[in-house]
Amino acid sequence: MTIPFNNPDRPNSYIGRTVPRPNATKLVQGRGRYVDDIVLPRMLHVAFSRSPVAHAKIGAIDLDEAKAVKGVVRIFTGADLAEVCTPWVAVLAHLKGLKSPPEHPLAVDRACWVGEPVVAVVANTRAAAEEAASLVVVDYEELPAVTDTMTALDKDTPVIHPELGDNLAFRRLHEEGDVDAAFKTAHKVVSAHFRTARHTGVTLEPRSILVDWNPAEGQMTAYHATQAPHMMQTVFAKHLDIPESRVRVICGDVGGSYGIKVHVYPDEVATAAIAKVMGRPVKFIADRLESFSTDIHARDHEIEAKIAVDVDGKILAIDVDDWTGIGPYSVYPRTSAIEGNQVVNLCGGPYDFANYRAQTTVVFQNKTPTCQYRAVGHPIAVAITEGLVDMAAAAIGMDPVEIRRRNMYADDAYPVTSPAKMKFEGLSHHASMDKLIEMIDYDALRADQAEARKQGKYRGIGIASFIELTNPSPFMYGIGGARISAQDGCTVRMDPDGSVVALSGVTEQGQGTEAMLSQVVAEGVGVKPSNVRVITGDTQVTPYGGGTWASRGAGIGGEAALQAARALRDSILEVAAAMLQAEAGKLDIRDGQIVDLESGEERMPLEELGRIVYFRGDTLPKDLPRELVQTRHFITMDYPFAFTNGVQASYLEVDTDTGVVTLLKHWCVEDCGRVINPQLVDEQIRGGIVQGLGGALYEEIHYDEDGQLLNGSMADYLVPMAAEMPDMVVAHVETPTKESELGAKGAGEAGTAGAPAAVMNAINDALRPLGAQVAAMPFTPERILRALGKIND
Amino acid sequence: MTEVFRDKVDVSLTVNGEPVEARVPAGQHMIDFLRMELGLTGAHASCEHGVCGACTIRVDGDAVRGCLMLAAQADGTDVWTVEGLTDAAAVSDLQDAFITRNALQCGFCTPGMLVAAEELLSKGGVPSRGEIREHLSGNYCRCTGYEAIVDAVESVALNRAGKGVA
Repeated sequence: MTIPFNNPDRPNSYIGRTVPRPNATKLVQGRGRYVDDIVLPRMLHVAFSRSPVAHAKIGAIDLDEAKAVKGVVRIFTGADLAEVCTPWVAVLAHLKGLKSPPEHPLAVDRACWVGEPVVAVVANTRAAAEEAASLVVVDYEELPAVTDTMTALDKDTPVIHPELGDNLAFRRLHEEGDVDAAFKTAHKVVSAHFRTARHTGVTLEPRSILVDWNPAEGQMTAYHATQAPHMMQTVFAKHLDIPESRVRVICGDVGGSYGIKVHVYPDEVATAAIAKVMGRPVKFIADRLESFSTDIHARDHEIEAKIAVDVDGKILAIDVDDWTGIGPYSVYPRTSAIEGNQVVNLCGGPYDFANYRAQTTVVFQNKTPTCQYRAVGHPIAVAITEGLVDMAAAAIGMDPVEIRRRNMYADDAYPVTSPAKMKFEGLSHHASMDKLIEMIDYDALRADQAEARKQGKYRGIGIASFIELTNPSPFMYGIGGARISAQDGCTVRMDPDGSVVALSGVTEQGQGTEAMLSQVVAEGVGVKPSNVRVITGDTQVTPYGGGTWASRGAGIGGEAALQAARALRDSILEVAAAMLQAEAGKLDIRDGQIVDLESGEERMPLEELGRIVYFRGDTLPKDLPRELVQTRHFITMDYPFAFTNGVQASYLEVDTDTGVVTLLKHWCVEDCGRVINPQLVDEQIRGGIVQGLGGALYEEIHYDEDGQLLNGSMADYLVPMAAEMPDMVVAHVETPTKESELGAKGAGEAGTAGAPAAVMNAINDALRPLGAQVAAMPFTPERILRALGKIND
Repeated sequence: MTEVFRDKVDVSLTVNGEPVEARVPAGQHMIDFLRMELGLTGAHASCEHGVCGACTIRVDGDAVRGCLMLAAQADGTDVWTVEGLTDAAAVSDLQDAFITRNALQCGFCTPGMLVAAEELLSKGGVPSRGEIREHLSGNYCRCTGYEAIVDAVESVALNRAGKGVA
């Protein structure tokens, strides 16, 4: 039986509706349980002495003063932990040529970035651990630091890891068609140099872990703020020599993640190793400076790119040369080559064109390691593509909306394979653009812009179409050898009182995963969402799964939940049919009642069925199956990724005297397939947009030429605040994926993917009459005044 | 330690309406005292230098940063955290509006955000969206993009002024 999603009056029609989040009430009451809220008996705290320099040989370590601090229990060096924890190497087989040296939980011979953990101090209070860590004396023999990406491969640049031969971590060149010929004969060629700044996620809850080793049971329990509990289970087991079955990772409430909490961090593995050595619970909560210097960074790219168009604005070719510096290590186990690889995969994404060349060059440097952060590679690729398209439109005197309409894949063209060799099952670029243009009242907005200009105000409209990669198959990590699950599972059971429990391998970090699961299961079984208890984030309890990243929670986890729920419904109806002497096919479950399918007449409440099955099973036929628990797993098979699409618009004003940009309004039309919970999807889009706006206007990690981090605090690294952010209008086109019954694709990263490009294009639209153009993010007042020629020094 | 530079300080205060007496380390921050000594984990430590607002609590009627105040300074004060405000039903309409509008995602900023929002709302009247945004600019949220929070606070202001849509 398939669900008639298009009929909103169908019974149990919770999929497609805004239903309340089951976990919201506890959070507004301050009753959440984040890792730092957990206190265990005999718990110790660990603090780290970290490298104050970007690159140094580690000499003598003097622990005398640190040991004398009251409350200190034990101190570990890199050599100590190397005896109990094997190092890791973050490479994947399908990223050909990717190399990275072995990385330890604490640096052993060399420190390679400011903030790398070197010594771990364990004490009975956090304050004592911090005080003692500050008294650890390490003899750092400074080595030359590599900090500039573009010169990292030069002959006279020192090689960070001599055993690797050079500073090149990864390079990939993709070429399709005859790019050089297309550029030679084109009507117009436009080129630009783009820059996206080094960002970090700034989760309000810092990275947090509390690890308990019970030697009597040979079991490790890690309370961990993570997006991927099963992946971490594997990592702890492998590197600490524990059977995987004896590692339990529990992930309760998580205070924001955005990709930051899906990676393996040396200090967190060190915490687990120390807990195992000491046989006591050990807690590590990063402080804010540690967050800035050791949470993964991202988006530090520099790109030379060009586009060729014909006289009608048709795109003939795109050529992209992308460079990024990833720090001294590729980050385990997802690797730091994925972001550059995504830039190659995603540039030109919305457009039907033939000739494409893109190369990414990923180099080592002595800065904090970079890795996957919300919308991995997308904001970069969309900025390159949409920036070039707008510049080409301006060069041939064409409206930016018109040039996009002439180049976007037709809505009936699917399935298609892009010049980057990405396979698109079904997208809606034109329908989305039409909806956006209507929503923003494009002509009226242009009129307002013209009117403002008469008054000396420089307003701009920026459009950015985009694609987003969601629902990844094993093509993302599994084929490269990583034990990162692309499938996900859900167990759904009915208890004696007729209530339903759903255990899922996907996790909740605020997106609303548990609300999504509750409504999918409610509809699938035929009960109210409030009668579904959702349990996530416990590797000993839930089915095996990948967790929540790459916008996979609803599309993969939701489908597994739906299939499990439908299977439970069938099991319930089989029992009901026997009890009621009816045909299962002529019964249905609605609002927790067994009813006649046709008439809707109530026949029996689920709690009565539960009473019979669990307490009077003797009254049922002996051979009647009565398994009121079902598990299903789901994996995508037909496409490596479920691409979504959308288009954003930004309207803003540039103060040409101060360089300050004021965001007036922002719009997004997005197609994530089936919308399960409209409010949650819209809020994912809004939150994502604002993270993108932060990258466009404020966020930039600064280092000096010696590799010193210059702005490691929230006062110095600016993120969006309420006063500067615009109201956002969000709408949808729905093109469900046919890979699943649910038809849902991901929505978590679309906002972040498109927002920076929309802002860049709007600023350039505002500045074009003045002959100025910006392409280096963030667009600070200084950069805008420089573009205007008002600052020249 | 001399008497002038004691490293432990006796404090007597009221927390969520209940009397509390404690001997606190002189350097202990108020947020750590509430979380670690009293088990009030609703307010959170995040930036630990007064920027993000996740630790915002109410002290003698004002929204105060729990990470910029020492527990030793709390002697004689009247302190309220999200736990007490919840039990006293002091912000229940605001909490309901946050849930209805999904004005929280991960929830880490929410207890502080509620205290800051209530400080604005308690002044009476219906603040403009711009005024709400300005008032909440000391409270970071990395999940929502703020619009839903502004909507929720605005709806409570309208309702309290009798101008709401029921």
